Amino acid sequence: MTVLIVAEHDNSALSPATLATVTAAKQLSEKGAGELHLLIAGSGAQAAAEMAAKIPGIAKVKLADAPQFASPLAEDVAALVVALAPDYSHVLTPATTYGKNLLPRAAALMDSQQISDAIAIVAADTFVRPTYAGNALATVQSKDAIKFLTVRGTAFEKAVPGDGSAPIEAVAAPAATALATHQGAEISKSERPELTAAKIIVSGGRGMQSGENFVMIEEIADKLGAAVGASRAAVDAGFKPNDFQVGQTGKIVAPELYIAVGISGAIQHLAGMKDSKTIVAINKDEEAPMFQVADYGIVGDLFKVLPELSAELDKIKK
Amino acid sequence: MKIVVAVKRVIDANVKVRVKADGTGVETANVKMAMNPFCEIAVEEALRIKEAGGADEVVIVSAGPQGATETIRTALAMGADRGVHVLTDAPLEPLAVAKLLKAVIDKEQPGLVILGKQAIDDDCNQTGQMLAALLGWAQATFASKVEISGESATVTREIDGGLEKVAVKLPAVVTTDLRLNEPRYASLPNIMKAKKKPIEAVAPDALGVDIAPRLTVLKVEEPPKRQAGVKVESAAELVAKLHDAGVI
Repeated sequence: MTVLIVAEHDNSALSPATLATVTAAKQLSEKGAGELHLLIAGSGAQAAAEMAAKIPGIAKVKLADAPQFASPLAEDVAALVVALAPDYSHVLTPATTYGKNLLPRAAALMDSQQISDAIAIVAADTFVRPTYAGNALATVQSKDAIKFLTVRGTAFEKAVPGDGSAPIEAVAAPAATALATHQGAEISKSERPELTAAKIIVSGGRGMQSGENFVMIEEIADKLGAAVGASRAAVDAGFKPNDFQVGQTGKIVAPELYIAVGISGAIQHLAGMKDSKTIVAINKDEEAPMFQVADYGIVGDLFKVLPELSAELDKIKK
Repeated sequence: MKIVVAVKRVIDANVKVRVKADGTGVETANVKMAMNPFCEIAVEEALRIKEAGGADEVVIVSAGPQGATETIRTALAMGADRGVHVLTDAPLEPLAVAKLLKAVIDKEQPGLVILGKQAIDDDCNQTGQMLAALLGWAQATFASKVEISGESATVTREIDGGLEKVAVKLPAVVTTDLRLNEPRYASLPNIMKAKKKPIEAVAPDALGVDIAPRLTVLKVEEPPKRQAGVKVESAAELVAKLHDAGVI
């Protein structure tokens, strides 16, 4: 009954969602599962492995360092996970696009029905997961010998690397499958915090009317040290690229403060942000569903409210 | 080339879903059903590839109760050629669906399989990846652009950090994201024509697939409700309140 965490990382550090997944794995241990091992499939990933080794509670770090994991493909990482899985009772990975792409492939090869997006560990075989855009929470019990779970990062605290000293063990990578090849990536670069890690998020919707108008959101975000997000409507309209999308099938966020500007509050958007601690809605339509979940609401024209908000933030800074 | 598209019948995206009072699931009686939106995008993509000369037949597959025939019929009205309905009233998990699809695909021998990345009912996001695994094929998930060229496809994928491009050997499995295309509406003449297109019904047993569930649903409940807060009159009042609450 040992637990394997498949890490998402950039070779130098573990992703925040992976640190949250470690906490979910610790809860499994407390509820009867065994020790925790963490797998890193990377290329030149020693630094990420050392970071993992320092997390208290990690008993062993397994490092598969191979050229094919420089831009890891699900086909190759799943083959590695399948080679290791028989020694484990649980295999966990974050429910990010990386984990969602990878884990079902490995689970199917092990003939196991994966549990997606776990938000609570009830027992070693029982988990809570959201369905219907978070409008129904299902408690499910797994009968599979090896349980595969993706973990929702916002549902668990992030583990903190500290005085742990787990051994780092090299594992051989299976031969590359050659089914797919990585052809490049366009990764958004920003000085602002990453959406899923940000303490404050300012998001814009269709009400922003254009991509240019997001400058007003960015100005406020920078004064608050916040990340910028967008609704699906704003992304579909081309105001912002896909990686800004918050919602059921985009990013799930739960910051301390979420400011929704010109976002009506469709079910699909609420699914991605309604666990935020404090929610502010700015919308000219007082019937907008966003007001039903907001702690503070301003009914008004955002093109008037945003400049005022920006000026008020300057005042409290002084 | 033949393209197989898998589609799922779900509660319509515009319906407010209600959890049953006894905690066994959600209300589905007298609720409007529709094709999963990501599956519509999958059908549309297959039709566009065919219209561009990249495929000669589009076959729609769905697994589920009798009503799923309507969902297949919708895809046929959009322009697909024929359907296969794996008919069962049993609850189906993604692994079981992937096994059923594999059995159909082993017979159909398509060059490409397209699915939605996720169904908006169970929100699992698993079936396409599982199917690719069982077939031993490449997978290109969360696609926002698909280009077919000979023996391979180049797919742009929506990932957390931005976009990624992968080239996959065909046959392969592609799952669709929102920005791949905008699905067409079926025209009335095409809806009439679709009534005559063939749909073959098969039973899971006939495909030799064990669909017994692996998960037991112990209960289904509503999430805790958020209380609506207060309306404030001005940006100044908002900042003061957030500041007092220690949020900023």
